[in-house]
Amino acid sequence: MSTPMVDVRGVHKSYGPLKVLRGVDLQVRPGEVTVIIGPSGSGKSTLLRTINHLEKIDRGYVTVDGEFIGYRRSGDRLYELRERDILRQRAKIGFVFQNFNLFPHLTVRQNVTEAPLSGRRRPRDQVEALADELLEQVGLSDKADAYPRQLSGGQQQRVAIARALALRPKVVLFDEPTSALDPELVGEVLEVMKNLARSGTTMIVVTHEIGFAREVADTVAFMDAGRIIEHGPPPQVLDSPRHERTRAFLAKVL
Amino acid sequence: MTAPAAIEAPAEPAGALTVVKARRPGRWIAGAVVLVLLAMAVNALITNPAWDWPVVGAYLFHPSVVHAVLFTVELTALGIALGFLLGTVLALMRLSRVPLLVSVAWGYVWLFRSVPLILQLLFWYNLAALYKHISFGVPFGPAFFSVESMDLIGPVTAAVLGLALHQAAYAAEIVRGGFLSVDPGQMEAAAALGIPRARQIFRIQLPQAMRTIVPAAGNEIIGLVKGTSVVYIMALPELFYQVQVIYNRNGRVIAMLLVAAIWYLLLTTALSVAQYYVERRFGRGQASALPPTPVQRVRRVLAVRPAARRRAAAGGGGAR
Repeated sequence: MSTPMVDVRGVHKSYGPLKVLRGVDLQVRPGEVTVIIGPSGSGKSTLLRTINHLEKIDRGYVTVDGEFIGYRRSGDRLYELRERDILRQRAKIGFVFQNFNLFPHLTVRQNVTEAPLSGRRRPRDQVEALADELLEQVGLSDKADAYPRQLSGGQQQRVAIARALALRPKVVLFDEPTSALDPELVGEVLEVMKNLARSGTTMIVVTHEIGFAREVADTVAFMDAGRIIEHGPPPQVLDSPRHERTRAFLAKVL
Repeated sequence: MTAPAAIEAPAEPAGALTVVKARRPGRWIAGAVVLVLLAMAVNALITNPAWDWPVVGAYLFHPSVVHAVLFTVELTALGIALGFLLGTVLALMRLSRVPLLVSVAWGYVWLFRSVPLILQLLFWYNLAALYKHISFGVPFGPAFFSVESMDLIGPVTAAVLGLALHQAAYAAEIVRGGFLSVDPGQMEAAAALGIPRARQIFRIQLPQAMRTIVPAAGNEIIGLVKGTSVVYIMALPELFYQVQVIYNRNGRVIAMLLVAAIWYLLLTTALSVAQYYVERRFGRGQASALPPTPVQRVRRVLAVRPAARRRAAAGGGGAR
């Protein structure tokens, strides 16, 4: 097995007395698509948010592209990084939210260029050319000067995907990207994600779209009560699950 | 027959029907009553010689009054600018994750909102009596140089300081409210994109917070225009003090108070108009299209009129 792009080891996370993650291990190789499924409250979103350090972890560690996230390793010790350095690390990790979280006071193009323009100084025309390229990739070239509220939910989520790609991340995390969408708008977002997967982008997707998992995923992981209790290729996990709880969950959603 | 009746073709095309608007006599009666009352009020204002309109006219643009107006504007501008600057710092302290900063900001707002402005102004005015010298140097250590409080804080500085420090307490709460009104998802998205902290605040949070801040800030600015009149106790020549000086000399109390009232009215009107346009500026991206400004509306009506008249002349009648 080649070195993983994302390596999650023994991650624990609690909110007070509530144990959300209880020792999660997950490895994602470069170019691979991993889909995480599971009942609500099982810790899927929290796991995703620990990978880019939006949530601090209590135990275990996460590396992306060989680099510890949120910490600097020296010998056997992990030193907590300053916020500035964590922000820099996040440039390697794209994140797409369930509720899009586009910046409503900026145009579509400004949403996409905001992050690359705020970091290391890059020439504006170069960044704008990249933004136009990304907007074309998600099929929204004609909406570059519109404001997010003028777009449909599906269009907004496609802009959010373009925005996440603008920093050329090593991995893109999707947190239930289609859950807030009207049913007829889900398809256009999944289509963009499929194209992204085909182009070799490393992706971790939390979703309830079992069809998408079957078609696109290299690995499906089933989470329950803060642990990954089963993972493997889609046919194995989705069609002949070994675990009783996986079977019960799939019986409900399929 | 199983098909519902509604499916059948209508008896006649919809275009043949004319809409007749409902009559509303109550509206006409209410309008007439209000109009009569208004006319009575205007008549009472104009015809009663006690209002002394010629004197009002004579003093409205009197140089000493215009100077006083400019000084009022200056006090307001400085009070608001410094007040909101300090208020923004206090709001950010209050929203920070450092308990000491949070407590200090809370304490400041508590103190300066609790003591009446007029008392605060008098404290600043008498600062020189409380502290004869103000020295600059190492805290609790040696001083590099010191100045007489009288020289550093004259009456004007005391007034500006008093207004600004008082205003800062209110501004802090308004700015904090603005920041709290921004969806937390915005900060999360900015953090996930690795946008530096200062830019998160000034580029992402603040412009969205402004939508909530501007209306409340408009209230505060207009409040302070009139609030500066409190400064008259320090014998500073702002508008209210100046008209008192004049009526103490010429005895035309009501006329001079009217002069002041008219100026406050004009200043407030100008600020209200400015606020309207500032709110539009920060409303971008909120509505799919912003409503037209009054100026645009007037232009549109002027542009539409001839076309409508032509249409009326050609077609005649119809539903109106």
